[in-house]
Amino acid sequence: MKKLLLAGAAITAASGALAQSGDPVKIGVILGYTGPIESLTPNMADAAELALNEINDAGGILDGRMLESVRADSTCIDSAAATAAAERLVTSDGVAGIMGADCSGVTGAVLANVAVPNGVAMISPSATSPALSSAEDNDLFFRTSPSDARQGEVIAEVLNDKGIEEVAVTYVNADYGKGLSDAVTQAFEKLGGTVTLASPHEDGKADYSAEIGALASAGGEALVVLGYADAGGKGMIQSALDTGAFDTFVMGDGMFAQTLMDDLGADMEGSFGTVPWSEGEGAEAFMAATEAAGINGDSTFTRESYDAAALLALAMEAAGSTDAADYKASITEVANAPGEQILPGELAKALEILAEGGDIDYVGATNVELIGPGEAAGTFREYEVTDGAYSTVKMH
Amino acid sequence: MDALNALVALANFVVIPATAYGAQLSLGALGVTLIYGILRFSNFAHGDTMAFGTMATILFTWVLQGAGISFGPLPTALLALPVGIAITALYVLATDRVVYRFYRKQRAAPVILVIVSMGVMFVTNGVVRFIIGVDDRNFDDGTRFLISARDFRNWTGLDEGLALRSSQAITVVTAVLVVALLFWFLTCTRTGKSMRAFSDNEDLALLSGINPERVVAITWIIVAALATVAGVLYGLDKSFKPFTYFQLLLPIFAAAIVGGLGSPLGAIAGGFIIAYSEVAVTYAWKKVANYALPERFEIDGLGQLLSTDYKFAVSFAILVIVLLFRPTGLFRGKSV
Repeated sequence: MKKLLLAGAAITAASGALAQSGDPVKIGVILGYTGPIESLTPNMADAAELALNEINDAGGILDGRMLESVRADSTCIDSAAATAAAERLVTSDGVAGIMGADCSGVTGAVLANVAVPNGVAMISPSATSPALSSAEDNDLFFRTSPSDARQGEVIAEVLNDKGIEEVAVTYVNADYGKGLSDAVTQAFEKLGGTVTLASPHEDGKADYSAEIGALASAGGEALVVLGYADAGGKGMIQSALDTGAFDTFVMGDGMFAQTLMDDLGADMEGSFGTVPWSEGEGAEAFMAATEAAGINGDSTFTRESYDAAALLALAMEAAGSTDAADYKASITEVANAPGEQILPGELAKALEILAEGGDIDYVGATNVELIGPGEAAGTFREYEVTDGAYSTVKMH
Repeated sequence: MDALNALVALANFVVIPATAYGAQLSLGALGVTLIYGILRFSNFAHGDTMAFGTMATILFTWVLQGAGISFGPLPTALLALPVGIAITALYVLATDRVVYRFYRKQRAAPVILVIVSMGVMFVTNGVVRFIIGVDDRNFDDGTRFLISARDFRNWTGLDEGLALRSSQAITVVTAVLVVALLFWFLTCTRTGKSMRAFSDNEDLALLSGINPERVVAITWIIVAALATVAGVLYGLDKSFKPFTYFQLLLPIFAAAIVGGLGSPLGAIAGGFIIAYSEVAVTYAWKKVANYALPERFEIDGLGQLLSTDYKFAVSFAILVIVLLFRPTGLFRGKSV
């Protein structure tokens, strides 16, 4: 019996050692493949997997271990479903890190219920709620998108620059919408503006006449729409256009989508908004890489997704471990200066430098610079709708 | 002038949208109520049947558009509607043959059929997404407005605009036609009468020689037609997105239950009650009141009874009250 136990232990140890060297490192890609942003998420996942593939083509991390993406559905709105999916990733698939989740509400739930208890690091490409800055995270949570506290200030500035004094606000009834709405209202009132009514709307509902009726009564020079382009946000704009309640719309980052322009762009002349953006070499290199891979790199949060996945892998290489307790500190290190600057498509070079013990400053597609509790500082693009298409006004 | 402005604002933001929405809900609720009346279960797959019908119609609309056929100022989808209905009828007949008939033969309890219909709902949900994708689609290629808010202001010189979309007018007209046709069918044709007999007392109907499979098949075909028409009208008015159709199920059931499950008249009344209560109770009356009232009574607040967050609470409060005082619904349907 003793021998048997010993043999068993030996086999377990041997297979453990094998897992150390040869087995692929699994990365969870948890995004809302169903639900209100289901048309954005496939592109985001493709971008994240583009980064993973690039690293695999360069020979993987930690002396030849390949990266493997495991997708799971966060649903964007159902915290229980997202928690179950993330739990599966960690306990059954054994992922070493999580790229996700996407929407702020489910991200908070996954962080609190799965990532922190199991000690797995997660980098969200798109959860922007200010509340996540102060969430209890054991330094395991990072995001490659800026907090909405910053976006609120930018939107208020843009309104102020245009001489708009009164606006009505509608936001999606979720952590993201509520947080951004509060940020906009606060910043805009500080600049002397008035918010006549901040009214929430639900996603995916059949009819938005009631909400638009109330907002039209409250009045304002423009309607600030802080929702999702695939869901309630678009419904609100359409309903406002149909009844003639508002002509000008101010849009938050969730509203930036080509489908919105295709359907309603022609009627939204003069509307404007902001979206986290990046210019320069990194963004161009990313575009080139996505075009070569045949995926849509122009869609919202694809850049952030690529960067999130790349950061996870690079941090593991830098720390020489796939255990989040070891590599969580490396995430900020590889993202920020000092070191050799790394653009998309140069991950092979980054791995080489890290393997030799060098230092890198991951620039990525979005000029990643992690500040405070591990979130991107971020630059925003102010855009305007002209001739049914987005055109850049300036960067903030 | 101010009284006119008040009326126009009310019509624009309450009456017109609520009427169109009510007509869409009514058509959906009619389908639910027919299934309940004749097949005796709550069909949770109805929202997704609507999505399936709309999808079939959209696909054929694309074929027509590809062939360069259009319907003048009306949306091409109306031409494609019969084909959409036919495809949906085949689909629901197939689900009946494969799924429901098995349970019907076993005389399964209604609650089991309800769960079965949820299974059908998820499968249909998947089929629709698999075929046409999850994206939002706009397939209205007709003239969008009969009267647009801006034109109305220019013509009349009023401060308030009044918008009437062609899709809203089409919705109401089609709903009236479809309902008239359905009532004529149920009351004046032999098949319609046999359906009502089957609904009233199944055993008696069987004794008098009514073929149950035929009644069931015809019911499914009518339901497919109603679901497709409702789905297409809704899609023309707003847009087609599978996720939204799934969510439509809730107000549709509320409408059918308020009116009385099993009662076609009740379904129509229920649809309008739910639509008006969602839109009117949460409406902010500030604008209308300030036009209508003399200047010294002008209000600063929004004049809103309830915040729009509560619009669903309103329809469900009505549902609960109706069920408390008239458990069978306003029009005395079958008990739930």
